[in-house]
Amino acid sequence: MSDTQETEGKQRNVKRFMFLNRKAPYGTIYALESLEVVLIGAAFDQDVSLVFVDDGVYQLKKGQQSKGIGQKNFSPTYRALEDYDVEKLYVERESLEARGLTAEDLLVPARVLGAAELGALMEAQDVVLSF
Amino acid sequence: MSVLHTTNKSPLRTRDLESCLRLSRAGCGILLLEDAVYGALKATSAGAKIEEAAKDRRIYVLGPDLAARGFTPEQLVAGVAVVDYGGFVDLAAEYHHVQAWL
Amino acid sequence: MKFGILVNEGPYQHQASDSAYQFAVAALARGHQIYRVFFYNDGVNNANKLTEPPQDDRNITRQWSALAAEHDIDMVVCVAAGMRRGIKDELLAPGFHISGLGQLIQAGIEADRLVVFGD
Repeated sequence: MSDTQETEGKQRNVKRFMFLNRKAPYGTIYALESLEVVLIGAAFDQDVSLVFVDDGVYQLKKGQQSKGIGQKNFSPTYRALEDYDVEKLYVERESLEARGLTAEDLLVPARVLGAAELGALMEAQDVVLSF
Repeated sequence: MSVLHTTNKSPLRTRDLESCLRLSRAGCGILLLEDAVYGALKATSAGAKIEEAAKDRRIYVLGPDLAARGFTPEQLVAGVAVVDYGGFVDLAAEYHHVQAWL
Repeated sequence: MKFGILVNEGPYQHQASDSAYQFAVAALARGHQIYRVFFYNDGVNNANKLTEPPQDDRNITRQWSALAAEHDIDMVVCVAAGMRRGIKDELLAPGFHISGLGQLIQAGIEADRLVVFGD
C-alpha cells in the first residue's frame, strides 16, 4: 500500500478487515455466525476480505443440501455477498488441493492464492476476525 | 513489526500449528498458548518444526499455560521465548496486528 | 493502547474465556485500556448470571463483572448469538449488556488491536 493510500485510508478511518474461516459448515456454527458478522460488517464501509483456509474451503462447496440434517442451507448467502459490496474472497490453493477440490467446485468466484501470496495478504491486514 | 499469530491447540490433535507455519512469514511472531504449548516440547514430534520455524520467526510460549500442564521452560526446544500474560500484552502491542488460528 | 477483545467460547468448556480474562487483567496492569470485550458464538454464555460453579472453582462470569466494574469496561453480548442461546436481558450478570454485531466491527475500527480468543 502506498503512503497516499494509507493516508486516505486513515482519513476515512478505513481499516483492512480479514475474516479467517478455517472450519467446515454444519458440524459447528462458526461458518454461519462468521457470515453473519460479514453481513453486518459490510455496512461499515471497511476494506473487507474473506479468506478460506483448511476445512474453511468446504463452506464454499457447490451443491450443499442440508435439509436431511434439519439445518438451513446458508451457502447461497455467499453468492449474495456481492450485493453487499463484499467482493474479496480468497481461497488457499494448498487447502483446496489437499481436499481434491478445484475452483470449479466452488459456488462463488473466489480467487485462489498459494500459501506464500495468502501469507502476504494476511500481513497486510489491520484486523483479523477468526472463526 | 508484522503479525503476531496465536495458536491454542495441541499439534498432536489438530493441524492448526501446521497451517500457521505454512502461512506465516519470516519476521512474524507466533505465540503458543493453552494446549498449543505442548507443540514446543522437545519430546513431541512438533518440536522439530517449531525449532525450524524459530530460525526466521519468533516463537513464544505462554509460561502460565506451560506450568499449568506440568512442564518447565527447560523442556522446550531451543530458540523459543517464554512469556507471561503481561508479555503477551506487550507482544500484541508491539506487532501490527494479532491473528488467531482458531 | 486501546485493546478490543473477542471471546468466542463459553465459560469452562474451553480455556478461551479464562485466557481472555487474564489478557485483559494484564493489559490493564500495563496501563492499557480495554475498549470493549465482545462475546460471540457460545461466548455469550459467559454473561449468564445463573452461572454457579463449585465453591472452590473460579466464577468466570463474576470475574468479568468485577473487572468491568473496577475498570469501567464495556462488555457486549451479541444480540443474535444471545437470542439463539437464550441469553437475554433478564439473564445478564452486572456489567454485561446486549447489542448488535456492529459493536464488534466498531471495536475493530476504534481499538488499536483486536485480540480473538476461541476454540
